Amino acid sequence: MAYHFDFLPVLQNTDLLLRGALFTLELTAIGTVLGVALGIVGAIVRAWKIQPFSAIFGVYVELIRNTPFLVQLFFIFFGLPSLGVQISEWQAAVLAMVVNLGAYSTEIIRAGIQAIPRGQLEAAAALAMNRFEAFRYVVLIPALGKVWPALSSQIIIVMLGSAVCSQIATEELSFFANFIQSRNFRAFETYIITTLIYLCMALLIRQLLAWIGRRYISRKG
Amino acid sequence: MDFTLWDVVRNLLTGLQWTLALSLVAFIGGGLIGLAVMTARISEKALPRRLARVYIELFQGTPLLMQLFLVFFGVALIGFDISPWVAAALALTLFTSAYLAEIWRGCVESIANGQWEASASLALTPFEQLRYVILPQALRIAVAPTVGFSVQVVKGTAVTSIIGFTELTKTGSMLANATFQPFMVYGFVALGYFLLCYPLSLSARYLERRLHASA
Repeated sequence: MAYHFDFLPVLQNTDLLLRGALFTLELTAIGTVLGVALGIVGAIVRAWKIQPFSAIFGVYVELIRNTPFLVQLFFIFFGLPSLGVQISEWQAAVLAMVVNLGAYSTEIIRAGIQAIPRGQLEAAAALAMNRFEAFRYVVLIPALGKVWPALSSQIIIVMLGSAVCSQIATEELSFFANFIQSRNFRAFETYIITTLIYLCMALLIRQLLAWIGRRYISRKG
Repeated sequence: MDFTLWDVVRNLLTGLQWTLALSLVAFIGGGLIGLAVMTARISEKALPRRLARVYIELFQGTPLLMQLFLVFFGVALIGFDISPWVAAALALTLFTSAYLAEIWRGCVESIANGQWEASASLALTPFEQLRYVILPQALRIAVAPTVGFSVQVVKGTAVTSIIGFTELTKTGSMLANATFQPFMVYGFVALGYFLLCYPLSLSARYLERRLHASA
């Protein structure tokens, strides 16, 4: 009855766990950059009601936010090939993360853009900024500054959510956890260690994003 | 064996019922535990407050999939044989409780401090203050974000397919393998979740707007 915990068989596979953790971070990095870029485009289109793209993004946002990430992943990985699009496991994982984060960040960044008073743009014009400068310094960066905490939380949610990508055999952290526990039969110990690694990664990303926010987003200038 | 379109839809509807049942169990159970965690989180004593914070951090900082695995394999270690259904319900309940506790804490803390002081001056015990003065007011603020979070609970149930609980996504995977029509089947699966979640999203937005209009 008494169960003896034995973490040694898990720790012997530290290299695999680190490889998986690294790949999860890579997927998250690519997914975040592309997803937030998509979100910025979507937010502009939504905030300024540029038709027909505003309507398209509206439908996209609702579809993604009201369906599970796992189903989106399966739809992309198993569904797209039947339309003739061949896609590898990690590409499907990144695509699903981008599509998912893109929808959430569209809504988050849109809220930030809409919180910028209209007069600010007029003030920028009065200072002889051109449209690009005005957009960059007066709309985009202040808008991102306002919603940076919400955006950071969403990025972490996407990173944690990527654990289900093991189901399409993307070789990220939970994939190696499944692999290790299937060989050493120490499921509980393996998942405890893996869960702690995820927790550390979440804390790490939170710190990193807070630093990026302080350094590049909400600086005075 | 051939599957007609109706066979696919019929089976998915059965899966949908389990998704719905699991969501309800997790939401109600999570609400009850969440209330307790929230009470600990705003406690004046340091120990319960700190424990509640760690509890919330742990569930919000780790993947739901890992929580599921830990419950599934962990309960088995204690010596109980656990079915995927029980493991799924337990893990999702704990997951939901952590998020609801944090959402509700925000609502309770948004109630002006004077309300606590006023009810304390009426000789109400701390519990009575919370129960009769603070919570009724916080409830009004809490409705919209709580309904909004219920969408996350419904979507979270999809992950339980991985430990073998036959809800909507698992049914979809089995049908996709049997029919070789993943595009159509997962399309229907997504539609099923959308039909559950979209009304919740809409009502959350409506409630939020109504609250702001009257506040």
